[in-house]
Amino acid sequence: MLTEPTLNHYLLLSAVLFSIGTVGVFLRRNLITILLSVEVMLNAVNLTFVAVDRYLNTVDGQIIVFFVMTVAAAEAAVGLAIVIALFRHKETLNPDAFTNLKW
Amino acid sequence: MTGIYFWVLAAVTVMASLGVVLQRNPMYSVLLLIVSFGGLSGLYITLNAPVVAAIQIIIYAGAIMVLFLFVVMLLNVPTEDPPHGYHARLLGGAGPRWFGAVLAVVLMGELVFALSHLASTPLPSGTGNPTSIAQIGVRLYRDYAFAFEVTSVLILLSMVGAVILARKES
Repeated sequence: MLTEPTLNHYLLLSAVLFSIGTVGVFLRRNLITILLSVEVMLNAVNLTFVAVDRYLNTVDGQIIVFFVMTVAAAEAAVGLAIVIALFRHKETLNPDAFTNLKW
Repeated sequence: MTGIYFWVLAAVTVMASLGVVLQRNPMYSVLLLIVSFGGLSGLYITLNAPVVAAIQIIIYAGAIMVLFLFVVMLLNVPTEDPPHGYHARLLGGAGPRWFGAVLAVVLMGELVFALSHLASTPLPSGTGNPTSIAQIGVRLYRDYAFAFEVTSVLILLSMVGAVILARKES
């Protein structure tokens, strides 16, 4: 039978999600997919906050989750604006195409 | 009883997140990420945090993902370019990219190893009452009022920044 989830289960799930996001950031060759992978990582962290919050029986973790969401929204807005500007410049979303700052 | 919900939602979330990363078409990635957010929202409900679950759907799936969808549709780049040319070989070749992915897998291995060797800590059971929005509101507007106000400045700045960055140069 399926066991009742403990705090460890939630933390493990969060670790798996965070790693999936990290793999995405490293492996993908599309700026939009990289931003989406960052969102996956942020959500893994949010899950940790809420799980520990439940464990400690407080509300602070959930409030921090709201702040994380706000920052994620700001990051998405600015990041996508940069993506649009870059796409206008080079007609591609491949991060390897933008190497002007590389020595 | 929570057990079944947890395992089903965890499976949905992990599968959808894997799909986000493995999908070649960014449109499908965005849609799969919305599925993943749905699963996470269910997990928040199993953690007695219905307010966060609702915000997750409204803000994340409703607002942020629509922004992503708009950009994907606006730019109209259906799939990833295959690697080509000098830069693809020098900077984006198989070597560094796979090295990063291997590091990420090692990170996951370490985290799973460390967490599975922790003593099992059951969640306090029967506390029952989900967090009400009143509790969160009182805490947010009383103890975290300054951070809340600073957040509004952040939003304003990012709004102005996005407009300036995405503007067509005349």
